[in-house]
Amino acid sequence: MNSEPARIELNEKWCKGCGICIAFCPAKVLVAREDGKPLVENPEACTRCGLCELRCPDLAISVGGKQHGGKN
Amino acid sequence: MSVKDLVDRYCRVDKLPHIWCPGCGNGIIMGAVIRALDKTDFDQDKTVIVSGIGCSSRAPGYMNFDTLHTTHGRALAYATGVKFARPDLNVVVLTGDGDCSAIGGNHLIHAARRNIDLTVVVFNNSIYGMTGGQFSPLTPAHSYASTAPYGSIDRNFDLCKLVQAAGGTYVARSTAYHARQLVNLIATGLNHKGFAFIEVVTQCPMYYGRRNKFPSPVDMLKWQQEHAVPVKAAAKLSPEQMAGKFLIGELHREEAPEYTAVYETDVIAKARGDIN
Ligand SMILES: Cc1ncc(C[n+]2csc(CCOP(=O)(O)OP(=O)(O)O)c2C)c(N)n1
Ligand code: SF4
Ligand code: SF4
Ligand code: SF4
Repeated sequence: MNSEPARIELNEKWCKGCGICIAFCPAKVLVAREDGKPLVENPEACTRCGLCELRCPDLAISVGGKQHGGKN
Repeated sequence: MSVKDLVDRYCRVDKLPHIWCPGCGNGIIMGAVIRALDKTDFDQDKTVIVSGIGCSSRAPGYMNFDTLHTTHGRALAYATGVKFARPDLNVVVLTGDGDCSAIGGNHLIHAARRNIDLTVVVFNNSIYGMTGGQFSPLTPAHSYASTAPYGSIDRNFDLCKLVQAAGGTYVARSTAYHARQLVNLIATGLNHKGFAFIEVVTQCPMYYGRRNKFPSPVDMLKWQQEHAVPVKAAAKLSPEQMAGKFLIGELHREEAPEYTAVYETDVIAKARGDIN
């Protein structure tokens, strides 16, 4: 596995703060901010399983790749 | 493919973000359909996405394909027309539980009976979302709806069993929670030559969730996780253990003559005088 911590990007404009990515991340990488949107707390624990991407209803989170509204 | 690449290739980016409520399952299913299409070899320009009317039926509006947003309940009728006129096209139908099983129920059984090569994905959120939460034929018995303030006394359909009995040749079920399985089941359905039907148990937090005491979308996904039983695991369970649960996975697959192919050999060829 890649030893670099995963780069998890959030599209702030599209994310609606539903909390699904946070609740079901098997590695507890994400925690809820006050507005319900995810904060990447433990990027080094991320296994890049991709479940947050698959379950996000808003195509608003991405792991390792680029994201709309992301910094890159 | 990264999420950005998926979106750039398969979505109408200028139409996003979509209008669905926070935590609505529609976006999860739309994402699964896009990922499934990406897994197959179909040409994006030869794929047509057809829907009826409802929150779920808005999905094609966000998808970068040739799309048809039709009238309530009639997605399968339009899709049948498209496929019949142009059998070379890959035709996908996105429909809600109300759209597909209530007003569109007759279209459903006859499309299945003919085994026409369509891939149908039903967004089963147990309710009429767009119109404010009336019960549908898939609303679980005893749950609440704006039209069932004391709980619905109607028994709900098992739509997969109905489609199989009507003649559908690929039948599968999954949930929004089981998104990875869902992608694979849709991809298999797309590659199946014949009527492919995938029911997705999903969440409408706004109208079904609130009325049925689910505090959040997360609780609705947990319910899906706890009540869905894979076909293999179910084989080891007693009917009592299966009570209140539902099956997920591939439920039925068979090969049978496909409608547009039979039309070509048994009608067009005869009309042309190739054979008599
Ligand atoms: C002929 C006709 N009858 C009724 C309606 C009103 N109507 C719009 S959407 C809808 C039901 C939507 O429920 P469903 O198909 O389950 O989709 P959802 O909104 O839950 O995704 C109804 C009854 C309509 N638009 N056209
Ligand atoms: S990829 Fe998997 S482990 Fe990493 S944040 Fe997403 S859900 Fe968690
Ligand atoms: S699942 Fe998507 S929309 Fe929901 S909080 Fe996470 S990133 Fe935001
Ligand atoms: S009303 Fe229900 S189905 Fe419609 S967008 Fe909102 S949560 Fe989704």
